[in-house]
Amino acid sequence: MSLFVYLITYIGIIIFCAAVLKRIIAYINNPPHVRWELYPVGHESGERAEYGGSYLEDVDWWKKPRHVSRINELKVMIPEILGLKAVHEYNRPLWFVTYPFHLGLYFTIMFMVFIVIGSFAQILDIPAAPIMAIAKFTGPLGFILTICGAVGLLYKRITDQNLKIHSCFEHYFNLMLFIVTMGLAVLTWLFVDPDFLMAKTFVAGLISFKLTAISSPLFLLQIVFMVATIAYIPFTHMSHFFMKYFLYHDIRWGDEPNINTPKTDAKINVVLNYPITWSAPHIAGHNKKTWAEVATFNPEAEPEKE
Amino acid sequence: MTKKSLEINDVSKNTAILSKVNNEDLMPLPWSIEEGESKDIVQDLKDKYACDLDDVCVLNIPKPQSKEEEQEFVDKFITGMKKSFSKTDNWTFLSMLETTMENCAKCNTCSDACHLYEASGQNEMYRPTYRTEIFRRIYKKFVKKEALSDLRNGKIDLNWKTVARLGEMAYRCNICRRCAQTCPIGADNALVAREIRKIFSQEMGIAPPELHEKGSVNQLRTGSSTQMTAMVAKDNVEFIDEDFSEETGYDFKTPWDVQGADILLIHNAGEIMAWPDNIAAFSIIFEAAGLSWTLSSEIAAYDSINYGVFYDDVQFARTAILHAQAAKNLGVKKIVLAECGHAHKALTVIADRVLPEGLKTPRESCFPLLRDIVNSGKIKFDPSRNNFPVTLHDPCNVTRLMGIIKPQRDIMKALCPQFREMVPNGPHNYCCGGGSGFAIMHRNNIGDWRNKLTGRKKISQILNAFSDTRGPETEKYVCAPCSNCKGQIRDMIEHYEMLDKEKITYGGIVELIVNAMVDVNPGFINWEEF
Repeated sequence: MSLFVYLITYIGIIIFCAAVLKRIIAYINNPPHVRWELYPVGHESGERAEYGGSYLEDVDWWKKPRHVSRINELKVMIPEILGLKAVHEYNRPLWFVTYPFHLGLYFTIMFMVFIVIGSFAQILDIPAAPIMAIAKFTGPLGFILTICGAVGLLYKRITDQNLKIHSCFEHYFNLMLFIVTMGLAVLTWLFVDPDFLMAKTFVAGLISFKLTAISSPLFLLQIVFMVATIAYIPFTHMSHFFMKYFLYHDIRWGDEPNINTPKTDAKINVVLNYPITWSAPHIAGHNKKTWAEVATFNPEAEPEKE
Repeated sequence: MTKKSLEINDVSKNTAILSKVNNEDLMPLPWSIEEGESKDIVQDLKDKYACDLDDVCVLNIPKPQSKEEEQEFVDKFITGMKKSFSKTDNWTFLSMLETTMENCAKCNTCSDACHLYEASGQNEMYRPTYRTEIFRRIYKKFVKKEALSDLRNGKIDLNWKTVARLGEMAYRCNICRRCAQTCPIGADNALVAREIRKIFSQEMGIAPPELHEKGSVNQLRTGSSTQMTAMVAKDNVEFIDEDFSEETGYDFKTPWDVQGADILLIHNAGEIMAWPDNIAAFSIIFEAAGLSWTLSSEIAAYDSINYGVFYDDVQFARTAILHAQAAKNLGVKKIVLAECGHAHKALTVIADRVLPEGLKTPRESCFPLLRDIVNSGKIKFDPSRNNFPVTLHDPCNVTRLMGIIKPQRDIMKALCPQFREMVPNGPHNYCCGGGSGFAIMHRNNIGDWRNKLTGRKKISQILNAFSDTRGPETEKYVCAPCSNCKGQIRDMIEHYEMLDKEKITYGGIVELIVNAMVDVNPGFINWEEF
């Protein structure tokens, strides 16, 4: 049984990593999109950052150095990631339930990181008591907060008419999955592995390929649910936990001007030569095959010859 | 059907209309104003077109006459949707569309940011996520073909009413992107409205006549959506020069086709016909500042509009290329966009990754240039001439979508002693209600709908900004430095009789600048008529 759970865990981790990578690579391999930024842009510098201004506020802006502030970007990103600032600002009732949920997940991730560190320490025979002490704190806190948040979100989705209309089976299933998975984690912590020694041993086995048998069915069941949940996340809208990077940095804040950027010009030359197959009369029917041909052809000024 | 009971899949039901906003549903205005009865769509229109969404009909979708036509209509839409997710057919917006489809948490955080949703009394149909969710369910079930899609993503039936209503619903959004600004994830429901418009235009050949036949097609054909040829435009501007030289006592002549000038100024040609004082004001300021500048009489280059921004990438690209080509032919150092918000965004931002290397003449907004002129000391001003309450409307395309916020305010603060902000403002402003092409639509009851609903939040902001100066005794000015916004605000001022009752008028920013110029006769701003 333990061997099976180890196997499931390896497969689950591989599926998770492959699915995340697939989404990221798919996004990166998309053709360059047009600029579609939205202000305030996080990396704007100076006083403009305060009021949502941009470099376009300068006469002859292309002749001036463009200042990008990574500090200002962090000032936006950190409260957004750690505090869910946008939800807090624009949807406070939801924030009260979604924030514990997300905070719980952050603590759970921290717990996993500390367990992995503790496992390495165990393999290398290095004392790791402080690390495990943190894990003992973050783990249960993370599990319980996630459950509270998920129950709150479930309640909201069921009772709030506005959310209910837009909720579907997947929302309820996802939240139930988190409640069950974290519920099993809490039970395992309470009744089987209060110091997370079993968890540490299991992870050390995974890392060192020394697959030590684990006797607790509850522990193994918890691992199966945890791994399944992790592997499942990138296939759902919860992929926003990593895709948000592109949504913000590449789209919302993608204000880099195409001035002295030969790489961008080269990419534009490629996409302008893409075939175009839209069928409306003003596009099709003029024997123009590529974007460049269609865009530089004025069907109104140059009526088709019989 | 009441707004409370509207579900996603109701869009597919065989009912006469999906929803309706009654006067009693509308968001209250800050001053007690009686709303007149809403005008209905005429029966003739209902017989001819699929007016199945609500009590407005923007898109003019021909009604299918048989089951076969219904199926063909649906199939065409699905074909177009597939192209929307193609790397070659939709390279322009694929990344934004895909990420919005896949990552939205359906948390509805964006809803309260939408002025239409709020103004309609939170009618579900106007919720930014409503049309997106219909689009998403169709995409996942019929294009992406996800297993168990109805169960996973929610049920959607697909028939011609679904498609017709979705198309019409894409024109219940100003595409101001205020919703996107609040999204914790970065999803963009306004973009989805535009993508639906694109499928209808680029694949199905269906677009509002004001945007297509009378808009971008006219611009490509004659040079301007106003149908003014270059010769007519030049004649009109010559008249403007003469009239306003006499009226202002400041003798000026607008230069045309000056080879090698520093600046190619491109106006929205609608200004020439509707607001000649704006054209004159630009010429007076540029001449007084001693700039090297010109207008162009090349096709499309005397009209900055680019309605493709609202509904069609191909028409967008064609127009942008004509604008850029004119600048190249004149050998100017830069293009300056006059007071037209969507033209700003089209040519400065979106075209930035469309124009090939040879056509990349730099483009900039007129506002920083005007600010620098005002601050330069080259022109003498008497701000006391502008000593009346002035508030500033922020065109979405200039502020939220380009981050040009402060130059306009610097001018206001220098020249308008009683300047006051609307709340909220800058990048967080509300759309005037005419955005994404509505401002030029007056067909049937569209004007009525714009005045009552799409512009409701803006008129509310305007009224609030002047709450301390009620009554017709005090002249008040709404500065709306964008042609579309001006058109919408003009219509609302007329609708609510704000000129008579409250002496509120409107105009651009250059009118305020010239009104304060010492070298110009006093009284450039006309308070008596629009």
